[in-house]
Amino acid sequence: MEPLMALAIGLLYAAAIFMMLRRSIVKLVIGLLLLSNAANLLIFTTAGMTRGAPPLIPEGMLQPVGEVADPLPQAVVLTAIVIAFGVLAFAVVLIRRAYEIVKADDLDKMKDTDT
Amino acid sequence: MRPEVALPVLLPLLSGAISLLFWRSRPMQRFIAVAGNVALLLVSLWLFFAVLSDGYVTMQMGSWPAPFGITLIADMLSAVMILMTGIIGLAMGIYSLASTGRGHEKFGYYPLMHLLLAGVAGAFLTGDIFNLYVWFEVMLVASFALLILGGERAQMEGAIKYVTLNLLASVIFLTAIGLLYGTVGTLNMADIALRLNEAEHSGMVEVLAVMFMVAFGIKAAAFPLFFWLPASYHTPPVAVSALFAGLLTKVGVYSLFRVFTLMFDQTMGYLQDIMLWGAVLTMVTGVLGAAAQYEFRRILSFHIVSQIGYMILGLALYTPLAIAGGVFAIVHNIVVKTNLFLISGITHRLQGTYQLKKMGGLYRERPWLAVAFFISAFSLAGIPPLSGFFAKFVLVRAGLEAEAYVATGIALAVGFMTLYSMVKIWNEVFWKALPEDNHVPPSQTPVGDDGRLLKPSLWMMYLPVIVLAVMSLLIGVFAEPIMLVMNLIGDQLMTPTDYIEAVLGASASAESALITPGTQADLVGESMEETP
Repeated sequence: MEPLMALAIGLLYAAAIFMMLRRSIVKLVIGLLLLSNAANLLIFTTAGMTRGAPPLIPEGMLQPVGEVADPLPQAVVLTAIVIAFGVLAFAVVLIRRAYEIVKADDLDKMKDTDT
Repeated sequence: MRPEVALPVLLPLLSGAISLLFWRSRPMQRFIAVAGNVALLLVSLWLFFAVLSDGYVTMQMGSWPAPFGITLIADMLSAVMILMTGIIGLAMGIYSLASTGRGHEKFGYYPLMHLLLAGVAGAFLTGDIFNLYVWFEVMLVASFALLILGGERAQMEGAIKYVTLNLLASVIFLTAIGLLYGTVGTLNMADIALRLNEAEHSGMVEVLAVMFMVAFGIKAAAFPLFFWLPASYHTPPVAVSALFAGLLTKVGVYSLFRVFTLMFDQTMGYLQDIMLWGAVLTMVTGVLGAAAQYEFRRILSFHIVSQIGYMILGLALYTPLAIAGGVFAIVHNIVVKTNLFLISGITHRLQGTYQLKKMGGLYRERPWLAVAFFISAFSLAGIPPLSGFFAKFVLVRAGLEAEAYVATGIALAVGFMTLYSMVKIWNEVFWKALPEDNHVPPSQTPVGDDGRLLKPSLWMMYLPVIVLAVMSLLIGVFAEPIMLVMNLIGDQLMTPTDYIEAVLGASASAESALITPGTQADLVGESMEETP
């Protein structure tokens, strides 16, 4: 399972960077979206894929028995998803406003503030 | 239970929340902006003196023991940064009252300011690497919204670059956290430091170190990752520019200091040269970029980049004295750079433009403003006896002791180049006569019935400027006691075992001495199962 995930994550990173290098601001935001998804999947995978073993402690014991899934990365991923959601919502509104003002879906037309 | 570690984070969050409740009441929001930031300053003083007497102040959130819960920890570096946050927060709170337009205030300027301060304070105090990411995002989201408040074309264009590159940095940071967790199985920074020291020196650790360096390098605007900064910092309302210039990039620098002295100290041999030349190139490109500019805030933005180089130079030399000098540079730069931006705001208010060519004659018109600018600008260039001189003096001495002669020489040369830019502003804005073709009306100015500027608003803009200029002077005059604190920081950062002990307790660090690298894998497995 892990090699497959690694491939998928690598593909996502590559696609994200490719999209971010395009001139269109819409594609830029799609790139950011893919990038954050890739990072989330990566965290999810780093802890190891454990199947059907929730980290529950049986009654009367202090530790879970046998090998269980690590819950911490899942909590981390959940937080990261929420943050990415908020930030990308902002990014979408930003490109909409930018499009309204600049009247172009083109990063090359947004060079006024560059030096 | 040490409430003073949590309060610098909680207070701005609380002020922001109360401020949101009074969404429609402008006077109330303005009152909270000042009162909340006064409270923040008092709490940061409390924390500073607590850390000064105890060395480390820690708090485990929810009373979960150390590697499992989130730790808040203040060492001397955090305490000093929090103190600067408090000072700049209050200065901005007062300055904003006069400089911020009603349109901006109506759309939540003050709540966002509080939220930004909460994010900055959280990043300085947390002892958990993922929590650091979360505070970075809190800070970023607030800064995004502040950056585009007003919605002018330049702001949108600047914001797209700012948002994209900062999100890219965040994702690199997050990826590095994920890989780090996969390698060591913990997120607590002290615990990570322990386990990385126990681990065999593998290529993975170096890859992680480089990822952290790139992520924080983007946030800190180091060469060659700084291009978002001069493209965006001169676009928002001037109080926002000043707040960003004073605090935001410094959070990136702080994180570099924290991560590379605590967690990746064993990779420094490998990264030191890269960081050193990165720092040197940051200084040079920043100052050369500024030399070509004729817009007040753009010159200052490029100088932020250049000054970041000095701070990273302190880290790259990696001796206690150099670290002390680097932190001195941070403290000095926060005061001086914020002040220069604030002054640019006043000159804009008086003459209606940021273009140096169109300005002039302010020395005759406003001598005290000219004096405040003189102090700040020449402090930035490192003229004795101002604060910048001592920061540079310590760094140069550390550089000579470490035998990095070329880097030290370039650092001194950059000082002269800085002086050139500052003299350029001085000549154009204050010394030369106002050009005849200046028809730009003073903008956003509350004008009375007789057509003159309303006094109280300007008074509120002058007050922070004068206080910060005096602070720069005092840092220079009382350099010795400040240097004592800086040396304490240098010693603390170079002995990470104390930090680890403060977080995990004495037993953990004693235990670590007994553990051999071979047993490390079992240890990780064990702790992951124990994780509640």
